[in-house]
This record gives sequence, C-alpha cells and structure tokens, in this order.
Amino acid sequence: MDAITIENLTKRYRDVTAVDNLSLSIREGELFSLLGVNGAGKTTTVKMLSCLTEPSEGDAYIFGKSIRKDTAEVRSLIALSPQETAVAPKLSVRENLELICGAHGFAKTKTVLKIKEISNLLGLESVIDRKTGKLSGGWQRRLSIAMALISEPKILFLDEPTLGLDVIARSELWELIRSLSGKVTIILTTHYMEEADALSDRVAIMRDGRLLVCDTVEKIKEKAGTDNFEQAFVRIVKEMKL
Amino acid sequence: MKMLSFAKRNTKEIIRDPLTLLFGLGFPIVLLLLLSAIQANVPVPLFEIAQLTPGITVFGLSFMTLFSATLIAKDRESALLQRLYTTPMTALDFILGYTLPIVPIAVAQSVACYAVAVAIGLEVTVNVFLAILFIVPISVLFIALGLLFGSILNDKQVGGICGALLTNLSAWLSGTWFDLELVGGVFKEIAYALPFVHAVELERAVLSGSFSDILPHFWWVLGYSVAALAVAVLLFLRQMKK
Repeated sequence: MDAITIENLTKRYRDVTAVDNLSLSIREGELFSLLGVNGAGKTTTVKMLSCLTEPSEGDAYIFGKSIRKDTAEVRSLIALSPQETAVAPKLSVRENLELICGAHGFAKTKTVLKIKEISNLLGLESVIDRKTGKLSGGWQRRLSIAMALISEPKILFLDEPTLGLDVIARSELWELIRSLSGKVTIILTTHYMEEADALSDRVAIMRDGRLLVCDTVEKIKEKAGTDNFEQAFVRIVKEMKL
Repeated sequence: MKMLSFAKRNTKEIIRDPLTLLFGLGFPIVLLLLLSAIQANVPVPLFEIAQLTPGITVFGLSFMTLFSATLIAKDRESALLQRLYTTPMTALDFILGYTLPIVPIAVAQSVACYAVAVAIGLEVTVNVFLAILFIVPISVLFIALGLLFGSILNDKQVGGICGALLTNLSAWLSGTWFDLELVGGVFKEIAYALPFVHAVELERAVLSGSFSDILPHFWWVLGYSVAALAVAVLLFLRQMKK
C-alpha cells in the first residue's frame, strides 16, 4: 500500500520554482531518501508534505488524505524532525516530550506511558531530567527524533537528521533509524551519500526542483555505471538531462 | 489541553530566564524608588507616589512585550514552532498559549510595584486592588504587541525594537516622566492618539477613585488591545503559513 502519493506537486516563490511538477509514490514502511544539492527542493517538498507550506499546484495524499484539503487529518498521521534540532532548551528532556504529548492531546496516563516507552527505545533514560540546552548535539538530535516519534506517527519526516554530528553520534543515530525501518514510513533528506546508501530502501534524486531519478541505490549505481553511490549521484546530478 | 500544555511550556521558558525576569520585575521598582527619592528632595507633583505608581506600573508592562516577542522570535528561529505546526494544535492554541502565561507575570509585577509604593507611602485603599485588576486588560495590549513584533522580527531585532525603542516610546508618550501639557503641540496630540498615556491615566483614575474618568481611557486601551491582538493574530497566521 502507498503511504504517500505525490501528484504534480509544484511550489513557486515569486519567480523561483522550488519544486517543479513532482510525482512519485512511497510505500508504507519504506525508508525513502530525498537527495539533491542545495536548492534542489528537498526541504520544500518535506514542508509541503508536512502541511507547513501550501503547494502552488498539484496535491499529495498521505494514506489517501489530501495535504491541501485534509490538513488536520494529515497532521495526526505525520511527525517532523526538522533540520534544526527544534527542542525547547530551557525544558528538560521529559518536559520536551510532555510538550509534544500535550500538543497531540494525550491524556496524562498515556503521556507517562509514552515517555517511558520512547525514552527506553531511544536510550534517553540517563538524561531524562537534564535540561535540553545543556545536552550535546547528538543527544539533542536523539531527543528531536523522540519528539517526532512519541506521537506514534505513520509517517516520519527526518530533515538532515545527522547534520553536524560526530562519527559516533551519527552511527548511533543510523542504528536507531534502521531499527524503525518497516515500523514507520520514513522520508529522509540528507547531504551524506553514505547515509542514504546505508539506510534507504529507495532514493529520489532532485535537481532544480525536478525529479531526476527514483529507484533503489543498486539500480541507480547501475544506471550511472559505477559501483560508488556518491559518484553515481554526482554523475546523475551533473549529466542527466531532463 | 493542547493550549494548556503549550502555555505551561511558555511559563517555564520565561520563569527559567531569571536574569530577564529579575530585570523586568526589578527595574520598575528601582525607578519607583529612585524617583520617589528625587521627589522627597525636590517635590514635583508628577512624582508624587499616587501619580508615579500607575505610570511606573504601566511602564513595567513594556517588559511583557519584550518577554512575549522574544519567546516567539526565538521559537521561530529554533524551528520549534515549525515542529509544533505539524501537530494538531490550532492557531488559537498558539495565540492563547503565548498570551495567557504572561498575564499572571504582569499582575505579579504590578502587585510588586504597588506593594513597594505602599511601603513608601501610598495609602492602602480598595482602589489599589482595583488598579491591579485593571492591569489585566492593559497587559493584554502589551502582550499583543509582543505577539505582533515576535511574528515579524527576529530575536536580535526584537531586542532593539521592543527592548529599546518601544520601552522608551511608551514611556515618553505616557505622561509618566514629564507632563505632556508642558510639551504640548503635535507631541501631545500623538501621545493622546496612542494608548500609553490612556493606560496611565486609566490607572491614575482607578487609584484616585475618579471613576467617571475611567471609561474614556478604558475604551482607548480596550480599542488598541483588540486592534493589536487582531493584527498580531493575522501576522502570526501569516508566518504560520509561510
């Protein structure tokens, strides 16, 4: 079953077309990566799919619900972990999680239960009562993902989740993302090719707001005639004509 | 429930910034003491305690503008708002969630001002309690201004516009520091076309028990509060859709 169906999605900002006539579908439980150089339209696509910005043309359906007409329903199905960590720095880890539970209207008992469950899943118990602003970048990213996951979303948008993290923190986060594979549909945007290679079921490469290719990492490497995914990405972005 | 959860978080964010809070609450008291000391040495009718306290109390509310604008601007910059926009919270949840936590802080500030004023000679009457009660609608005006500026300015700009410009303008145009009659002309006309002097005169009328003088000033304050809140809501909704 398709979790997301995108039909001719377009976003224009005055004379700039950030996303141009994008059409693709993402299966339920899939880990799908959106790749592209800066300005390719990845973040704008995520913003449209998460109802943060309205498309200029076209539509997308999240489990059959339109991002234009059924925004309230769509919001109850999705969660976003933005590019920035997007946590409240003066609150503790627990209070940040409570805030998100409250924003989703969870009752107190469910909130307590969900916090216990998510902090166990993401290994946050040791920092649960520490002030978020005092935590390292890796812990803050972990919390950011926990805040997205706590609402039990069917679709999770991870916008550059490992940006600025050290090797250890990145590898730990990869493990975490892998552990979610199949349980929740994940749409990942990243600049790190090895990240997309290691984690994705399928990859879409965009340039200037348009879709260049959408396939598995292996098939994309095959199409580009190389064994190295980074090289394949560079060739496709530089050479592919639309 | 969603709004309360957000309001709770906002209260914590403000209270956990003790330096700003102490400055916001303490500065008006320092001014009250300082100007009363000047009055004791060189009597000026404007600085008599029954005239001065309402002015200082209203001046203190300009810090509420700073608190609310800073909070919103920081949330916008940190992408926390972006995350919360993808939850089922409505625009009303956000607006009330930002507004309501600051009202008790505004009341606490005016209680502190009046308590100090009583300690240095203000007569305790029922009017003191009424004056504190009338702080509520006046505080909505200042909080709405914060919501408005926080929706269009960044954190640094808020510091300049609300922290420096608005606090000074609202003070000069309030008739607290100097008699507007002495300046007269266009300055006086501008002052009386704006809500700050009406807020101070409203408080003075309540404190002195001149109840017939309350309503004309009250309508000015209420009108500006409603207008500021309406513009703030529009600007907040606009940036929500950006």
